[in-house]
Amino acid sequence: MAEPMVEVFIFETRQFLEQLEQIALGSEEQGGFSEEDVNEIFRAMHTIKGSAAMMMFDQVSTLAHSVEDIFFYIRELKPAKVDATAITDIVLNAVDFMRIEMEKLDAGGTPDMSSEELRNYTKDFLRNMKLDNGHDPDIDLRKAKNAKKASEAGGDAAAPATEPEKKQYYIGAAKPATPAPAATGATSGGQHIFEATVFFQQGCEMEEVRAFGVVNSLKEKVKELHYLPEKILEDESATDTIRNMGFRLFFTTDMNFDEAKAELDQTIFLDRLEIKEVANVAELEYWPSQETIAITALENSEPIKPAMPPVQRDLTPAARKPAPAKGGDGAQMITVRVDKLDKLMDLVGEMVIAEAMVTQNPDLKGMELDNFAKAARQLHKINGELQDSVMALRMVPLEGTFKKMNRIVRDMTKKLGKKARLVLVGESTEVDKNINEHISDPLMHIVRNSVDHGIEMPEVRVEAGKEETGTVILSAENAGGEVVIKIKDDGGGLNKEKILERARKNGILTKPESELTDREIYSFIFAPGFSTKEAVTEFSGRGVGMDVVVSNIKSLGGKVIVDSEPGLGSTTTIKIPLTLAIIEGMSVSVGGSRFTIPINYISRSFRPDEGAIFRDPDGSEMIMVQGTCCPVIRLYDMYDIPDAIHEPTEGILLLLEAGDARFGVLADELLGVQEIVVKPVPKYISRMMKTTGISGCTLLGDGSISLIIDPQQVHNIIFD
Amino acid sequence: MEDDKLLMEDEDTQKDKYLTFTLGNEVYGIDIKVVIEIIGIQKITVVPEVPEYVKGIINLRGKIIPVVDMHLRFKRPGKEYSDRTCVIVIDVNDVLIGLIVDGVSEVLTIPEKNVVPPPELKASQNKYIRSIGKIGEGVVLLLDWMKLFSEDDQSLFDDMSAEEASEEAT
Repeated sequence: MAEPMVEVFIFETRQFLEQLEQIALGSEEQGGFSEEDVNEIFRAMHTIKGSAAMMMFDQVSTLAHSVEDIFFYIRELKPAKVDATAITDIVLNAVDFMRIEMEKLDAGGTPDMSSEELRNYTKDFLRNMKLDNGHDPDIDLRKAKNAKKASEAGGDAAAPATEPEKKQYYIGAAKPATPAPAATGATSGGQHIFEATVFFQQGCEMEEVRAFGVVNSLKEKVKELHYLPEKILEDESATDTIRNMGFRLFFTTDMNFDEAKAELDQTIFLDRLEIKEVANVAELEYWPSQETIAITALENSEPIKPAMPPVQRDLTPAARKPAPAKGGDGAQMITVRVDKLDKLMDLVGEMVIAEAMVTQNPDLKGMELDNFAKAARQLHKINGELQDSVMALRMVPLEGTFKKMNRIVRDMTKKLGKKARLVLVGESTEVDKNINEHISDPLMHIVRNSVDHGIEMPEVRVEAGKEETGTVILSAENAGGEVVIKIKDDGGGLNKEKILERARKNGILTKPESELTDREIYSFIFAPGFSTKEAVTEFSGRGVGMDVVVSNIKSLGGKVIVDSEPGLGSTTTIKIPLTLAIIEGMSVSVGGSRFTIPINYISRSFRPDEGAIFRDPDGSEMIMVQGTCCPVIRLYDMYDIPDAIHEPTEGILLLLEAGDARFGVLADELLGVQEIVVKPVPKYISRMMKTTGISGCTLLGDGSISLIIDPQQVHNIIFD
Repeated sequence: MEDDKLLMEDEDTQKDKYLTFTLGNEVYGIDIKVVIEIIGIQKITVVPEVPEYVKGIINLRGKIIPVVDMHLRFKRPGKEYSDRTCVIVIDVNDVLIGLIVDGVSEVLTIPEKNVVPPPELKASQNKYIRSIGKIGEGVVLLLDWMKLFSEDDQSLFDDMSAEEASEEAT
């Protein structure tokens, strides 16, 4: 199977799974499935089933089939008693199963986990549901439906063989390169023509998918292949036809009779095989010429896959590109590989630097260049816009990530016997794709924590005069260059005493207890191995997790703050810079070297007065700023740079704020604020450097390299 | 597939071809296929906490590349850079590295039959020399770039894991 095919398959299936999950959760909330939902789920499952079968992932396709059956039943017979919660469970379980399989496939494995248990459970469930609703559990819905359809349409639809429709697209057009000798019936020497009918075992289920498997395995070995019914996967009556009349194959091949028979004998669940060789294709009962296929292909427009725009159906298989256009709401979309976007982003970054190199070129110093300045401003403006639009390309709404939390809240409340609902605010806020990916885990941990530790049991809530159902509000907004995500619950709030006690026990108190602010106390919950929960539950209490939250968010350059009011709930606020690749930085010079410090860490810079910097007996330097004593480090000392200014009164001191501490770094001179493109330090070197406080490098306007200082790392060097 | 083919053809035409450069009194050779380009010496940005032979990083048209002084790399006293000093940019497993050498000479074809393995000396100073090529009266020391850069990466990794282990122990 071609790699792009797999990619498209994974991509599409994942989209369907997401859609399925949302619909299922939404339906459960409403307490039932609307007709539209049923159709949506049915269609999604049907498509997954079809494409999985095409890719020969039987476990996935059979599972999809069994779930589809439930919705088929609901759709056709509209039973009165529908247990929405139980069905949602089934859908979600199936979604989970498929998701895992997709992961596996994505990682280069084969989706081979058995879905039998789920399948059987689903089947039993459907049976019981039919019984509950007074229907015959063994009723053959597809037959019933076809009969209905037939009577409605005057017998038209009942005979699928009479509606030859385009099928070729899904199976690779059965070698369209070899023109059918249909009209003349002439065959070249050594070619055999067969007519075969395959009967599947009674009750093997999913005959259409099995038939598809036959086509798939056969098409490699035959010259030309036609079969009845033509539309195996799209036509709902096909199953029936195959079941009753057998799956009929007509093909020309190099194989002789025995080989062809042996080939077909391998079919799984084969009950009976009829095969005969004929001398001429004209003798075959069914042998459409290429022209009729082409015409029917054009005429055929009944779309079974709703997510695919009709234009794609007319494409020849060769023209099918691994970029599925997702139609729907009219917006034209294309799918682009992320690495292409990354490349584009890199290039724009280069251009920002190149622009600075031109406009701030030392050759221009001191020249009066009005027109040049005008043109340069224009260029700057366009570059800025370009940068914004490229960044916008990488921006995705938080919606998907936020909606995943619905599932978590649902699962947790169900297991814990609590009542809670999740309210999403501002989920259309867009963030960089990278951020979106990295925020998912932290959010999950925090939401879990809110439900597990925050929201009380319903009884307790009622007693406290609160609404029985707790609320978790997940909100996002843009604030300046940051995105602010808040997770707010109306639960019991954090227990300061318990946290303190635990902190004492773990020995992570950094200050005397009386000096700790509330925020500092709350932030202990992010320490590794910290948990106030006595009992470890399935979801939380092990103390792993919250420290992951912090480290994940820090890796995005963001920070986490917790606020809490006893009895009223707690709020976790996450602030993350919108983009990581381009940041604003203050560049400083130290001797011949250049350093850049992200501007948001700098709280102020000043030239210290004579004697303002003093030493303690160990030789560590510090300075008094606004009543607090801040350590001072000299960059030339730290990085061993010759020819730097040693006298603080001649240099400049930058006061940096990282974590909850402030410290000063001494440099020679400020070079100015500039938008910089963060480039990683070459691997060869970063392997040798350990904790140096250098997080990357960048190019300055004059083409020289500046090292980016990560104040967080420097903070760790100083204080640990 | 196409790419592979091209690559193979490339390798064929580049077989037995070496870029020679001088380092002190010796002439060294490096497989032409790993050489990306040759540039003059330029401003080097010093980075902290690296071995002495890593002089720092340079800006090659927007790409940031580490440069290594080959004199120091072979544990010899360093030499002042002049306008003959060159940086040979090579690609070792997709990592670009610049080698600072006294000067580059030419591209030579040294057929396999003229290449002999180095003697196995005890004071294995020549572990970075893969073989020695004969050119008329002179010799060219053929550099084992694989060992030169992958191996000390390896030792770096070892260092790190050792450190991590000791950290865990405390």
